[in-house]
This record gives sequence, structure tokens and C-alpha cells, in this order.
Amino acid sequence: MTKELTQKKDAELAALVVLQTQFADAILEVSQGLDCPLMVVKPESIVEVCHALKSQLGFEEMMDLCGVDMSEYPSYPKDMPRFEVVYHLLSVQHNKRVRVKARVHDRELIDSVTEVWASANWYEREAFDMYGIIFNHHPDLRRILTDYGFEGFPLRKDFPLVGHAEMFFDDAQWRCVYKPNKLENRVLISRTWPGADRG
Amino acid sequence: MAEIKNYTLNFGPQHPSAHGVLRLVLELDGEVVERADPHIGLLHRGTEKLFEYKTYHQNIPYFDRFDYVSMMANEHAYALAVEKLLGIEAPERAQYIRVMYAELTRILNHTMWLGAAALDIGAMTMFLFCFREREDIFDFYEEVSGARMHAAYFRPGGVARDLPEGLLEKIQTFTDGFISYVDEYETLLTENRIWKQRTVDIGVVDKEAALDWGFTGPMIRSSGVAWDLRKTQPYEVYDKLDFDIPVCDSGDSYDRYLVRVEEMRQSNHIIQQCITWLKANEGAVKVDDYKLTNPPRATIKDDMESLIHHFKFFAEGYHVPKGEVYASVEHPKGEFGVYIVSDGSNMPYRMKVRAPGFAHLQAMDYMARGHMLADVVTILGTQDIVFGEVDR
Repeated sequence: MTKELTQKKDAELAALVVLQTQFADAILEVSQGLDCPLMVVKPESIVEVCHALKSQLGFEEMMDLCGVDMSEYPSYPKDMPRFEVVYHLLSVQHNKRVRVKARVHDRELIDSVTEVWASANWYEREAFDMYGIIFNHHPDLRRILTDYGFEGFPLRKDFPLVGHAEMFFDDAQWRCVYKPNKLENRVLISRTWPGADRG
Repeated sequence: MAEIKNYTLNFGPQHPSAHGVLRLVLELDGEVVERADPHIGLLHRGTEKLFEYKTYHQNIPYFDRFDYVSMMANEHAYALAVEKLLGIEAPERAQYIRVMYAELTRILNHTMWLGAAALDIGAMTMFLFCFREREDIFDFYEEVSGARMHAAYFRPGGVARDLPEGLLEKIQTFTDGFISYVDEYETLLTENRIWKQRTVDIGVVDKEAALDWGFTGPMIRSSGVAWDLRKTQPYEVYDKLDFDIPVCDSGDSYDRYLVRVEEMRQSNHIIQQCITWLKANEGAVKVDDYKLTNPPRATIKDDMESLIHHFKFFAEGYHVPKGEVYASVEHPKGEFGVYIVSDGSNMPYRMKVRAPGFAHLQAMDYMARGHMLADVVTILGTQDIVFGEVDR
């Protein structure tokens, strides 16, 4: 890594540390990631922090918002919240990025950031659809990608890959109906870690 | 006089100008759009779930199927993300090949866009013209990967194989003639009265709104923000190449058209520079760590080590260190990003794809409000929506 790049990264991190002291205990952690700085925020203060990130540090675009189900992550503490909501922010004027994370338990509410960035609307709907993370004060929290009347949250780790239902065309009713599926999950290549004895 | 009420119109999902499977619920007052509610997800295939059960190598072909008109650009983001996690960098020749193909893909995407959007607005000839050039690029795809569309050519650590003999000359011939084709497109549209009447001042997005809605790529550049990842956060060899970023400032559909047409010219210029470099320089096209890439076919015949690597690579895949990374490229449609959470195993723990079309389409309501019904088609067309990436 060149010296110039290191300096730029340090400056970005320093700006976030300043924000951390300003918000006292709302920001749990600030660290340098592989690609951009990471900031872990308490879910109840997410909107305040996002407002500050936008107005003070110039992150005027929200590039991405997604959920992550940490329940099967190796050596992830059992008492930690199950879901992570990950925000990727971009500052066009300063040319920098930041990753913001908030950890929430199942059925715990997190405030919507649609009032900060309009683009959060669909991303939050997607996270709700896929993980069942509920965004408080969201203007229109409906499912977005799955079918009308879909049940369950498909990207949760306890949702099977083959799903629960299959769709058929029912001749008698002349419409599509769902039936419980009879598919079995096939594992062709299993998940392995380096160094483990695989026989 | 009878009381006239708003009525709701269902646009799609099987409408030729819905660009795939979009169900757009429009609330109309006469012919004026009061509210647009896009219902997406009719092409949802659960790719992000599948990623978690496939090795890093098996995941490459899924990327071709996101934005299925700019296949290699999608793979590019994935290859960069995995490389970042592994801490490797592709050899220089591979980077030039990737940039050349990424720019060919940009032309591929923009010709598709121009043809389809012009057809939606009523210019039939454009469609035929543009598909003529697309055919040439598909041939280049086929020569290098064996597939006309879903190439799976960019791999973490480099590209699948080196360019076949004589291909650079063919691409050279194509680029020499392509500028005159772009002139042809412009003759038909740029000063065309009907085209301008249908696009100027339609779907205006100002700078603040473009940032607020998370626009990227040609969409944000037509709103007056000079933002292009190839210049601002250069990856691969873009910082060694000479090209310009077209920017317009009114943010209407016509500007989006102008930006994309100029981008085709710039891409053509980049491809020519890559050809010159590739003709002069030989070298490896993938990293020679055979735990991360497959060994050359010839060595498998008499080298046991190679055979083991080959078997391990395709059967079990490689392990990616624990961590998380977000990598993005300047995709023809905007910023295409891949966010990987790795748990140290041979499969991603979570992989999220940030598709530019998803952010653009959600601004549909904002852009279409107050416009006529026919303008919805123009707005949708100039947003450059492809449902493979929106629905994932």
C-alpha cells in the first residue's frame, strides 16, 4: 500500500472517531476494514448517526442496505443479536465509503433510514422480505421480491434451500396453487474449512 | 356532467416495453400519472440463497445471469471482490484483457439499450442497426469463452484462458468501423424532431434527487455529477488509460441518451488502447497459485501435483479467509457492487449483490409523477432496466 493511500485511510478513520466521541456510547466500534472503514452503531441511534454521517461527513448516497443472518457464523457468540443490518454509504464529494452496521435480535425493531436517504425504501423492504427484519416508521413495508402471499423469510439460515412449497397448475380450479414440496436438498459439495481432516 | 375519478392501470408484467417482467400499477388521472407502484420480483430466482450453497468457483456463472445484457461486467465485480478477500491481484495482461472485455460489454449493453429504448419510443430502425453490432461482439465473446452470452470468462485470479490467435485483429477491425456506426445512430436520433419531442424534459432528475435516490453510472452523470468509478476509484488498469467521462446537466431522458452514446465512443477508444498494449505484451493471464486457479491442461498429463490441484480446485474449491468486503465496478448501468461475508470456508457465508437497476427503478414513482402515460415508457426505457439484476 502506498503512503498516500495509508494517509487517506487514516484521515477517513479519524473523522469517524471524531463522530464516535460526539455520540458517546451510540457508536460501539470504529475500525478499518479490508476495503473501507466499519462502524457499528446501536440500533436505536441509527437514524441520528445516519443524519450526522450525511450532513457532517458528506455521505450523500446510500449504495446498499442488506441483512445478514449471523446465527450459523462460526464462533459467533450466542448471546449476540441474530441479524446484522449492513449499510454501505458513499460520499461523492469526498470520494470515500463507509460500512455501517447495526445488530438486531429477531423481532426487534430498527428505525427506518428512509427519512435520511430516499433510496433506503426498497432496500429495507428487501431486508424485511428476506430476513423479517422490521423497520419502524417505514412508509410502505411490504414484501418486494417474493410472491404475493409468500410465507417465511427465505434468506434466514434455518429456511431450507429447496423451500417449503411448490407451485402447480390445478386443472379443477383453473389456477396456480401451492402444495408442500417433496424435494429433498442434495448436497454435492459440503462446506469445508482449511486444515480440517476430510478423510 | 359525470364525475371523473382516477383509475388504476396495470402495466405489464407481459408488456413488450416493460423490459422483461415488470408489473407497474399506475394510478391515472385521465392520461396523467398520479402514482406509479412497480411490483418487482417476478424474475426472482433466489440467487443469493444459492450462493451460500455453492463454492466460489461455482458461483461465477450466476453472475452472467444478473444483468444478462452485460455479462462480463457482472463477473468483473465478483472477481474483484474475491481477489480482495484473498489478497491477490490478477497479472497485468489479465487486467488488460478484462478491461478490454469490460468495455466491449459496455458497448454491448449500450447498443442493446439504444435499440430497445428507441424501439419503445417508436424508432424501429435503431433496433435493427444496433443488433448488427451486437452480433460482432457476441462473436468475440464466443471466441474467448465458447459461449455467446453467458461467458464465465473473468475468474478470481485472472481470466479463464488467453486470447486465441487472430482475435485482436478482428476486434481492431471492429473498433475501426464502430465509430462510423455510432455516427449513424446519431444521424437518426440526435437531431431528430420526434425523438427530441419524446425525450427532452421527460423524467427530469436534478442533482440532489439523483444522490438521494442512489443513482450511479450514466443516470447520475446525466444529472450533472461527474462520478465514474473508473476515474474516481480506479480499479485494474483504468488509471493507465486515456478516456473522458461524458457529463450532462439537465438530467432528462435526452441527456441520458447523449451520455450513453458518448460513452460508446469512449469505450471504443479504451478498447483500441488495450489492443495496442496486448499486441506488444505477452504474459500470464491468471495467478500461478494452483490452489486458487486451475492448472494448465497440458501439465495434468504428466504431473501428479497438477492433477491433485485440478481435482481439488473443481471438487472442493478454495478457501477464502474470514472477513467481509465490498467491491464495485463501473458497470454499464451504474455501480454494480458485490458484498461478501466469508466465514473462512469454500462457500460464501453471505453474498449480496448491489444492482444499479434496483435503485434506479425505485425512483420510477418520483420520475413518472405528473407525466403522461406514454412518457412512462420513455422513462423506463432510459433508466436502462434489466430484470435479471433487479430481481436477482
